[in-house]
Formats: sequence, structure tokens, C-alpha cells
Amino acid sequence: MALVRFTQNIQRHVACPPRNVEGPTVRDILNAYFRGNALARDYVFDEQGQLRRHMAIFIDGEPVLDRRGLADPVSPAGTIDIVQALSGG
Amino acid sequence: MSQRLHVATRKGLFTLDRHGARWSITRTSFLGDNCTLVMHDPRPIGGRTRQRRAKFSGQLVAALDHGHFGVKLHRSRDGGATWQPIGTPAYPPKPADYKPRMPAEGAPYEWALKRVWSLVPGGAHQPGRLWCGTLPGGLFRSDDHGDTWEFNRTLWDDPKREEWFGGGAEVPGIHSICVHPTDPDRLVLGISCGGAWITDDGGRSWRCSGPGMRAEYMPAERAFDPNIQDPHLVAQCAAHPDTLWVQHHNGIFRSTDRAAHWSEIQNVKPSAFGFAVAAHPKDPETAWFVPAIKDEKRIPFGGRVVVNRTTNGGRSFKTLTRGLPQKHAYDLVFRHALDVDESGDRLAFGSTTGSLWVSENGGDSWKSLSQHLPPIYAVCFEKPLVG
Repeated sequence: MALVRFTQNIQRHVACPPRNVEGPTVRDILNAYFRGNALARDYVFDEQGQLRRHMAIFIDGEPVLDRRGLADPVSPAGTIDIVQALSGG
Repeated sequence: MSQRLHVATRKGLFTLDRHGARWSITRTSFLGDNCTLVMHDPRPIGGRTRQRRAKFSGQLVAALDHGHFGVKLHRSRDGGATWQPIGTPAYPPKPADYKPRMPAEGAPYEWALKRVWSLVPGGAHQPGRLWCGTLPGGLFRSDDHGDTWEFNRTLWDDPKREEWFGGGAEVPGIHSICVHPTDPDRLVLGISCGGAWITDDGGRSWRCSGPGMRAEYMPAERAFDPNIQDPHLVAQCAAHPDTLWVQHHNGIFRSTDRAAHWSEIQNVKPSAFGFAVAAHPKDPETAWFVPAIKDEKRIPFGGRVVVNRTTNGGRSFKTLTRGLPQKHAYDLVFRHALDVDESGDRLAFGSTTGSLWVSENGGDSWKSLSQHLPPIYAVCFEKPLVG
């Protein structure tokens, strides 16, 4: 199962503890992570399910290539980091 | 007169209370967060007795724009002591076969919430109803105090809506919602840039306002098109709701027939440019404006902060300066950063440089409450709802 970690800054608004989650792609893994926690999902995705413009996702230290579909594969031992892009200020 | 003022700023929400003749900050909320708007809804909600004991009626709703994390709404039912997240207006999915009309800026707008730009209670006898105007141009209604929001599809699907374009932001938005006090299904919206829009049936049908506004920034052929106007704010006289005032991008306009026609008010000194306007709650002839050098500079004339007041329907203005800085002051006052209470005597306004002033005499004189707040987006007196 991949490890999902969030920027510390988001924790001030909504709890997003690190968790190990199973799934083949970033989208699958994050859907599973946010299941039952719509409040936290809304901080990372907009109402159309798109990654918010100034959020960034890294898989094992590399930025995701498919920001719209989040179809990038994740290995079972992988680590997903969800951080704030500096473009947002 | 109102004894409490809420101030929404770039770094949090500040509440000021009046004790005796003095105003002081009594509470800070969301310190460090970008609080873009605050609404006081005075209508009693469940637990009326408990609220009466708490000396606070109704609820507060604050809009936060977390940038990276999006826009959120929070509600307090104890005067700001505690806050809970509530529903955020959400745009519907864009239909797969949707072909957007290309806006002037050249890129179709996303169907996603960019900013909460107006928040108002519904009618006095419509418990739970709130209205919310947003960027990129969607209007939302709640009938459960903000727990959930319904998107107004009729306005959004009007083909003329796609002619709107950004004014003060990358995308168009609804910044003004004037609810008729005694017939609350009648609304007038102010849109930058989409002019003023009217419904008489609670949002089931809409029409763009009548003629009279003028856009000097457009090609001459389009200058009087009501649907491309940039009213920076629309303000309604509560006791005479057919009287509406507009601080427009290039002028001041007034309607006395609920937006069927607009008249331009000429020769306003030092300037007809500004963002804010406050309409007197009882006197349809009186309104206040905070003028500035027009759009390419957006600073006060001569470094002097002034308030313009008319008491004769715009035929003349008195420029009010007592208590305001008259040398090297570069305060700009945003559209929601001027408010008047239910008496018409007490006003407050705040600026981009964190200055906050209050008047107890209709603007004749002003008192500085702070010069050190974060940039101020909105000020809001707690006051009763007319109707």
C-alpha cells in the first residue's frame, strides 16, 4: 500500500493524517483516502474533481504528469506527497 | 444604532464593539487567514431563548479564501465565539456537449467556484434563506441557513450570461444582491461586468436592467449596452427599495424605478470613480461614496481620503474630510468596505492599507479606529433586517 502524506499547512484547517492506501493510480488512491472525508477532499480538489490549481502532487519525489486525470501509476511501496505549489503565493 | 461592527481582512476577521462612546476590537477570528467577506443575518434561528441569553441574534457567515485550498464558508451562532464549516456553493458539472461562447479574454471560464463575492440574508419572513453571488458568475440560494446551496440554473443558462466578462478579476462575478424588503422574491444583482440583473419571482426568471448606464471603456457602439456595464456596487435604500445607487467603473448612476432606467450623475468632484457606495436606509436622496483617481491609478486624489455625500439625489455632493487624513494618505476603499447602520447616522469604512474609520453623524466627522489592520475587504454592522 502506498503512503499518502499531506503538507503540514493543510492540517490547520482539516485533519489529513498520513495513511497507507491501496490503489493502482494516484486518482484511485486519493479517492480511497477521501472516502468518508468530503471536507478534506474539498481542500485538495474543486467541485469538478480537478486538483486545485495551486496544489501539487509528487510520487516518490517526482511531480505527477497527468494533473487532470491523475492516472499516474503508483507502486505498492510508493509515497504520495500532496503539497502547496509555490505559484499560489 | 448598531453597537457591533465586523471587519473582514486579508488576515482574519475582527469584531469591534461600542462601549460608551468608544469602539474597540473585542474579538479576532481566523487570524492569519484570508477573510474576504462577512455577513450578519439578524433573523432568529432555532434556540431563540439560548440566543437571547447570549445577547446575540441570528448568525454570522464568513467567507475564507485559502488560496491553495479553495474558498470555504464558516458560520457562527454565538456572535463569533465559535465557528463551524458549512456548505460551500458548488458549480454543477459542465455538460459534455457544452460549447462555450468565447469571452473577450479568450479562454472559456471553468465551472468552479473562484470567490464568494456577495452574501445576504433573504427576506425577513424567509427563515433560513440566504443568497450568495460568486465568481465566475453563479448565483446560489440556501434555504437552510447555509448548510446547503442550490445553483440558480436559469440565470446561468441565459445566453446573455456568456457575454459577461471579468471586471476586477479574471472572470465575471456577482458582487451585489439587493433583496426587496417587503417582496423578497424581487432581487437586483450587480455584476462585474454584466450590469444589473433583475428577478421578480425569486430567481425563476431574469432580465437585464433597463438603459442608462454608460461604459466608457467599451467601443462606442457598445457603450450603452446594459449587459456589459461594470457597476462596482449596487446599493438599495431599504425604506424606498425602488431607489438604487450604483458606483460604476466610470461614474455614478441612480435609478428610482428599480433598475428600469438609470440616470448618470455628472460633475462629481473630486471624482466619480470608486468602488463603494452606501445608501441611506430611510432617505432615498442620501448616499455616500469614497472617490479615487480612476482605474489606471486607484489612489485618493492628492493623497486625501474623503467621503462624498449627497442628500438631494445626486444633484450635489458635499465632500467630507473632518477626521480623515488629508496628506499622503493612499487608502483605497473596496466595494464592500463601506457600511451604514439602520439609523443612517453611523457609518464605517476600511481601506486597503488597514485604516478603519467610523462616523456617528452621517459622515460629518470621522474617527480613526485603527491604522494598523490588515488590508480590509469588507465591513458589516450588525443591524436589523427591514421588512
